[in-house]
Amino acid sequence: MKRGLIPLLIFLVVVGFLFKGLFLDPREVPSPLVGKPAPQFSLPVLDHPETKFSPKDMLGKVWLFNVWASWCAACRDEHPILVEMSKAGFVPIVGMDYKDTRAEAQQWLDQGGNPYQTVAVDADGRVGIDYGVYGVPETYVIDKAGVIAYKQIGPVTYDALRDKIIPLVKRLQAQ
Amino acid sequence: MTSIRIIRLLALLCALQVPSLLAQEAQPLQPNAAVEVQVERLSTQLRCLVCQNQTIADSHAELAQDLKQEIREMAAKGMTDQAIIDYLVVRYGDFVRYKPPFNPATSLLWLGPFGLLLAGAIGLFTMLRRRQKMTADVPLTADEARQVSELLK
Repeated sequence: MKRGLIPLLIFLVVVGFLFKGLFLDPREVPSPLVGKPAPQFSLPVLDHPETKFSPKDMLGKVWLFNVWASWCAACRDEHPILVEMSKAGFVPIVGMDYKDTRAEAQQWLDQGGNPYQTVAVDADGRVGIDYGVYGVPETYVIDKAGVIAYKQIGPVTYDALRDKIIPLVKRLQAQ
Repeated sequence: MTSIRIIRLLALLCALQVPSLLAQEAQPLQPNAAVEVQVERLSTQLRCLVCQNQTIADSHAELAQDLKQEIREMAAKGMTDQAIIDYLVVRYGDFVRYKPPFNPATSLLWLGPFGLLLAGAIGLFTMLRRRQKMTADVPLTADEARQVSELLK
């Protein structure tokens, strides 16, 4: 009886770790940028290349910063959700078109609808590196002071909106 | 077939070999050898976040190429290895380093194997001790000693 106890305990510990591992996503790397000021940049706007967008323009507002591209398959999943959200008008969404061509990006917005207040164009992906982007789509929640409060890696889902993003935005807006 | 012809043939073959010996992988833009060495050294120490189990040096993902270019530019500006790694860690976190640093979050990773080794050693030691006790000499009783000597007669 006692002899079998130790191997059984070791087995149960290993099972515990493996079970937990089933629910972890190895693609979700915690971002060191959460809690830090959003990196500054100045990028041309998609439909008016001569005007520039900078995160400074959004100071005083809580906003979503969504990195997307027309070549990105998962962006197609989240796009209708973003469109719906923009219709609700509850939080401004700024897009960043990452390593894409203007024509294709414009076509994408014409077809799927445009949820963005502004779309900045990061053609060579430099600003993406500053934001630690490694898997498009990625979405940042940025507070009134311009600090990154949350980063969603991968598409924005209804679950993520309900459980994380919307409560967080409400809390930040109340501040 | 004269030997001269053979020699000529060999010379021709050697000449044909020369370009392939000189050929190298295409070096984009930067002809500065020191910079390339630094880029190469750093890119084997940094993780490609798209493929995760490859270094930037091994990966052909677009992000890895972009990061390599970024590193190349920083190296050309004369930044040290540590400064470049810090620059990337600020953006991508410690995960970007292929060799994780030692800190509270990674202590289990670094010390765990030694812990297991120690636990194994202790287990082995106690098991051997127990077994030794089991086989320890038990003195014969007088009766048994008599039996043995009778059998051995």
